[in-house]
Amino acid sequence: MNLSINYYSAVAIVLFGIGFMDLLMQNNLIKKFIGLNIMDTALYLFLAAEGYITGRIAPILTDGVVDASYYINPVPAGLVLTGIVVSVSVTAFSLALVQRLYKHFGTLNMDEIMRLSREGESE
Amino acid sequence: MKEKKNALQKLKQWIDGEITFFDAEESISRQQKKQQTFCFPKFSRLKKAQTSPAAYRLFCMGVAAIIILALLAVVNELPLFGAAEDPTNNEVVERYIESGIEETGAINFVAGMILDYRAFDTFGESNVLFLAVICVVMLLQKDEKNYNALEEREIQEDELFDKKSGKVLIRCAGKYLSPLVMLYGIYVILNGHLSPGGGFSGGSIVGAGLILYSVAYGHKKMQTFFTMKTFTIINVTCLLVYCACKSYSFFTGANHVGASVPKGIPGMILSSGFILPLNICVGMIVTCTMYGFYSLFTKGEI
Repeated sequence: MNLSINYYSAVAIVLFGIGFMDLLMQNNLIKKFIGLNIMDTALYLFLAAEGYITGRIAPILTDGVVDASYYINPVPAGLVLTGIVVSVSVTAFSLALVQRLYKHFGTLNMDEIMRLSREGESE
Repeated sequence: MKEKKNALQKLKQWIDGEITFFDAEESISRQQKKQQTFCFPKFSRLKKAQTSPAAYRLFCMGVAAIIILALLAVVNELPLFGAAEDPTNNEVVERYIESGIEETGAINFVAGMILDYRAFDTFGESNVLFLAVICVVMLLQKDEKNYNALEEREIQEDELFDKKSGKVLIRCAGKYLSPLVMLYGIYVILNGHLSPGGGFSGGSIVGAGLILYSVAYGHKKMQTFFTMKTFTIINVTCLLVYCACKSYSFFTGANHVGASVPKGIPGMILSSGFILPLNICVGMIVTCTMYGFYSLFTKGEI
């Protein structure tokens, strides 16, 4: 079974599922975005686990060794960096939208917001 | 066939100057009509869901379970964790590590990768951060529409609280800690090509120092040296400098062929060509972004 050795990736997948459930089942908008962030974190864990190679060291020149078989894979680090930046931006933008919604409707509950907007239209 | 002929005839007429395809007045009136009929999306069109909450929960659990099981089955087929013969460790990684030092001059291979080989990716990231701040400014900036008496009272209370001398502990901490935090952040930015760190992590640390200072001494005092104007100037200048640096390398051959930038001795602080200035630019953008988010979310202005 590869699953018992790939346990980092397996945990990342389970975390992804937890975030997805959070996104689907919560009514509170802020909790929804917490779920989105959990999904992001799962992705970073998955990428970092893919880049690791047993017995090698971080990709920073040590002892003057210039050999690809001495360092781990530096590419996932760059990809995770991109992911973190985009996640921060998206989270800030969506939380700003949520703040405006709260100011307008006075609630963070999705169902309440839909009900209030429906009532506002029918008047 | 008929339509084609029609179009050909029309084209002939247009060449002769008999008819015009694009009628300016008509299009203007059409646009005005469009503007008049523009309305906000109506939620009433979406019918209210009739399903019970329990059924919805069961459905969600089923979907999530299917996704988790499918992905776990994929993970089961993936190469082993920590295996050196993983296909992701291909010739690209070899190139980045083995000729990274002479091509970029950076000891930190990740910094050499994200700020030299893949610098346009990082440029895009900086732009994404800048755009995010602009969007948050648009949404949360205090103006007539987005402001009421309650919030004004809250802000006034905050200012009164800032003036009082009750915050001894956090003031003491802010006074002695925030310079140290910012100094550490600057160290991380400047050593981005020599050690773990770089513009993004160092910028967040400096931003945290600024936030600590703002918490301790209040927003008014912060505005004596960091306003919307400073924010705009720093952000735009950094983006333009980044763009200019990378355009230089791009136009002189993407891999610094021809007119190359002096690399210096790897391991010295002044080395590795453009990576140090680019790290400083990215660090300043991230600093401004972090403080900008905090300030906009708490006070509604930078």
